[in-house]
Amino acid sequence: MWLPADASAHGPALDHHLLLNLWIALALLAVAHLILLLGLLARRHPAQKNLWRIEYLPLALLAILFATLTIKAERLWAATRYTGASLTALQVEVTGVQFAWYFRYPGLDATFGITRPQLVAPGEGNPLGIDATDPHSADDEVTSELVLPTNREVDLRLNAQDVIHGFSIPELRLKQNAVPGQTIHIHFTPTTPGTYAILCTQLCGLGHYRMNATLRILPPEQFALWLASKQKAATP
Amino acid sequence: MNRPTPRTPSQHQDPKPSPLHPTPYSLHPRLTDHRIIGIQYLTLALVSVVIGTLLSLLMRIHLVWPAWPLWLHGPILPEDYLALVTIHGTIMLFFVLTTAPQAGFSNLILPAQIGARHMAFPVLNAASFWLTAVALLTLLSSTFVPGGSAISGWTAYPPLSAVPSAGPGQGLGMDLWLISIALFAIASTASSINTLTTIIRNRCPGMTWERLPLTVWGWFTAALVSIIAFSVLLAAILLLLCDRHAHTSFFLPTGDLVNNVLHKGGDGTPLLWLHLFWFFGHPEVYIAILPGLGLTSMLLANFSHRKVFAYRTMIVTTLLIGFLGILLWGHHMFVAGLNPFASSAFSISTMAIALPASAKVLSWLATIWRSRPQYTTAMLFALGFVSLFITGGLTGPILAQPILDEYLHNTFFVVAHFHLIMAMAGVFALYAGTYYWFPLITATSNHPGRLLSEPLGRLHFWCTLIGAYAVFLPMHLTGLAGEPRHYAQLTGIPGPGGALSPTGLLLAHTLPLNRFITYAAIFLATAQLVFLFNLFRSLRKGPFATSNPWQATTLEWHPALNPFTLLPASDTSEVTVHRAPCHYSSTGLGDAFVPQWVQHTVVQPTIEDTTNAKPE
Amino acid sequence: MPAIITPNKTDQERKRRLEDNDNGSGRRPPTDKRTGGGGDNDNWNDRPNGRRGPNERLHRYRMGIFFALASDLMFFVAIISTFFVNQSTGHIDAYNHYVNAWLPTAVPPILWLNTAVLLLSSATMEMARRTMFRETDVMDEWLGLGKPITRNAIPWLSATIALGLLFLAGQWTAWRQLAVQRVFFRTNQSSHFFYLITGVHAAHLFLGIAALIAAFIGLNISRQLETRQILVDGVAWYWHAMGILWLFLFTLLAFFQ
Repeated sequence: MWLPADASAHGPALDHHLLLNLWIALALLAVAHLILLLGLLARRHPAQKNLWRIEYLPLALLAILFATLTIKAERLWAATRYTGASLTALQVEVTGVQFAWYFRYPGLDATFGITRPQLVAPGEGNPLGIDATDPHSADDEVTSELVLPTNREVDLRLNAQDVIHGFSIPELRLKQNAVPGQTIHIHFTPTTPGTYAILCTQLCGLGHYRMNATLRILPPEQFALWLASKQKAATP
Repeated sequence: MNRPTPRTPSQHQDPKPSPLHPTPYSLHPRLTDHRIIGIQYLTLALVSVVIGTLLSLLMRIHLVWPAWPLWLHGPILPEDYLALVTIHGTIMLFFVLTTAPQAGFSNLILPAQIGARHMAFPVLNAASFWLTAVALLTLLSSTFVPGGSAISGWTAYPPLSAVPSAGPGQGLGMDLWLISIALFAIASTASSINTLTTIIRNRCPGMTWERLPLTVWGWFTAALVSIIAFSVLLAAILLLLCDRHAHTSFFLPTGDLVNNVLHKGGDGTPLLWLHLFWFFGHPEVYIAILPGLGLTSMLLANFSHRKVFAYRTMIVTTLLIGFLGILLWGHHMFVAGLNPFASSAFSISTMAIALPASAKVLSWLATIWRSRPQYTTAMLFALGFVSLFITGGLTGPILAQPILDEYLHNTFFVVAHFHLIMAMAGVFALYAGTYYWFPLITATSNHPGRLLSEPLGRLHFWCTLIGAYAVFLPMHLTGLAGEPRHYAQLTGIPGPGGALSPTGLLLAHTLPLNRFITYAAIFLATAQLVFLFNLFRSLRKGPFATSNPWQATTLEWHPALNPFTLLPASDTSEVTVHRAPCHYSSTGLGDAFVPQWVQHTVVQPTIEDTTNAKPE
Repeated sequence: MPAIITPNKTDQERKRRLEDNDNGSGRRPPTDKRTGGGGDNDNWNDRPNGRRGPNERLHRYRMGIFFALASDLMFFVAIISTFFVNQSTGHIDAYNHYVNAWLPTAVPPILWLNTAVLLLSSATMEMARRTMFRETDVMDEWLGLGKPITRNAIPWLSATIALGLLFLAGQWTAWRQLAVQRVFFRTNQSSHFFYLITGVHAAHLFLGIAALIAAFIGLNISRQLETRQILVDGVAWYWHAMGILWLFLFTLLAFFQ
């Protein structure tokens, strides 16, 4: 199928709804074109008059169809977006800059350190402008690939440093713009281990096409190992 | 069919101001003649569409053959690609799809269709055209300034568009883009004021609102929407210019760090631009398509010798589409940082507009049902419009659902959707109008109007229809595979893993289809050469037409309103309208049709609905 | 009144040009006579439905001005909504506090005086507009019996121009007063809006004054009474709209910051 493999908990429902919509669209397309062709080929007949049967009845049926699809869609949307992440979700901060994604893990104190735009110095290894004087910053891990464990809800905080970026993981059916001046939360649960693409999907300048990163989903033990190795590397 | 003899060249060329042709305006009458202005707009649109198509070809070629060097330029760099994207979108949407159907054809045809001799404000009309021309020149000039054209797309989201150092072309190029679109907005508003006042006040006796052709309803609604939408764009551009040059913070948040320059001003939000822009941007696409919707209804009825099915419903749906179109701009912002409840609200209003659109499709299908129509090229393009509108329109409800848009936003699925329904269907309506109204466009006081070649027209139609589907149907699939928009390259993306990185693999997956799309695009663009050849040849050598070659019932085909047979105002009896359009007899084709301006109904062998209480 | 009237030769000896239509040779004077014993609304030109009355051009231009004002209104609506959005947009600082740094700009008191001046100018504008349509004067001028309309309208029009210029001078003074307090366009978020809103409105008024001057000149050199009426009428509606808009904008700036 044309859709890439799906690796998130909310993905299958989304895929199912998408395929339903696509099949319905295809069916309506076929029916409409069939009527068009039949109408053109058939022998001439006096004009139709019945407004109700031809116009309003199909319209009512279409309205019911669209309403049903909308309600199903809104239910799915509400499930992923209306409420925030659970309190036990893994917190990761995502920052988009021209033209890279950075990911920050809060470390053992489960608190992100303060960042200031004045301190941003990518050349010196501080692309996010983490304030070293803040005690919470010491255990923050900044990486350029996103690593997540399976079957644990993740709460991503999306930031953008300069322009609007679009954070997207097609194989997790995720997309959300990162807007400067806002911190936007999205939450999801990865399910299948593997390596996936992270793309930028909002035109952000010259390097928009190369602003990608990698998502690695690991089984929980391997994730713990990875995290531990990162902490050890940071605090020698 | 009588061929009227052309006047001998010894007689005067074009009407000079004389006692028989009084002109209350001291400006040269040719400058303010609405037909001339219409032709000027159409010429501008033709030049723009050629440029826009060439730009899109460059884009497509670059995507699949990135190293291909452009003649006199070298390989297309990422900033070049983004500049191509920006100018392509801007030119096509503004200078083709807003000028040609609305200003171009309405100036040419609207007065005749309502029985007026002039538009309401001819001098304003001429001024709007020249302002539009200046806007186009400003936009094109941005290619030649240091830094090049803007690269922020036709949507110009800040902070990318608000900070000159955010990218190449975002300096002077962006300023020129903004000025160009601001001028265009003013010109468009002025033109819409003209259209509205003409329709409301310059109708001839007997032309009631219910007897107006649906094309006029389309122009009316599009003009109403224009005067609401363009001003908001103008305001947004003014605010963005202030942000760029006057150190304000309407769209820039405090602490924004672009290219090592920290913005320390006040608290703005980029989302505000998105709201303002899309408040304009969504009605803009309805402005582009509304005249086409009306024209299609009228053409289908004309060539199938039928009344438009459910005429009153068609009027109501036209107005509804215009009205609802103002309420659903948020569906461009589902994943932009909006409150999810707001997303749901916009989703519902967007799904709602599918209903009047479906009503129109049902009406078209019912109009041609079992009618054995006459397949002139204009009719073929109208049928092609129906097909493309259905295909493009059906992916609309899919994108209208936020949960699905979460996956499909800014992928090529969206590109396929709007190209099918707006670019292809809209352009098909323009072609239909050109083939249909060519006799009226080319009629002068010296010779009658000409016809475009039908065989060439049929070739053009089939190649364009097949090309359109060949280009844009596969795009749905690449979009479903996840191919994002605005990517300057699909291959050779630097980074760990290169082509084997997850991103490289995902994009590489789409390459075969992309190659096919590029070949199809080259085919589609080449097919348009047939039209250009047909156009330029028929301008000089096309066969002459009678004053009503299509057996039309609408008023623009009245002999007294045709430039060739135009008599001085004092010698013309007043044009009056006696019935609704599309009165065709139901006993087969032939001479059984009753134009709007004919007084009595003896032409029909049988009287139809004597019990019909409608005031027709 | 008979359809053909030979005018008396009064003040000016003008060359009869073909576009000079109000010389009594068959067209109606631009009055809105709905009375008359003819029954069919005095349908002198035998129009089938008599709908296009003597004020046809006037109504057309009024409609054009109406739509232009509607569009202009949307322009201001966009700016005002930006005002409200920016006013309520703060940011989260490094310590996770929500900070809204909106500092209202105090409206210089001279703005009250300016508002009164603008309202007065609307009153004088309306007086000028009404003198254009006084029926007896219209008939007199149409017949060529002097120029009572022009004579009566010019003082009111001049007063409007003077008051308009006074308003603009007052706005400029307000800007100077703010500058003395070191509040410029670029000072802070609310000052952006103060200058932007008053500046954009002032730009519209500049255009209005240019239109008033054009109407003034037109009163003197335009040959058709109908055109003179349209010039003054059009400017009047625009001027009133700018006045009402100013009331709204002023209330916004004074009480909603």
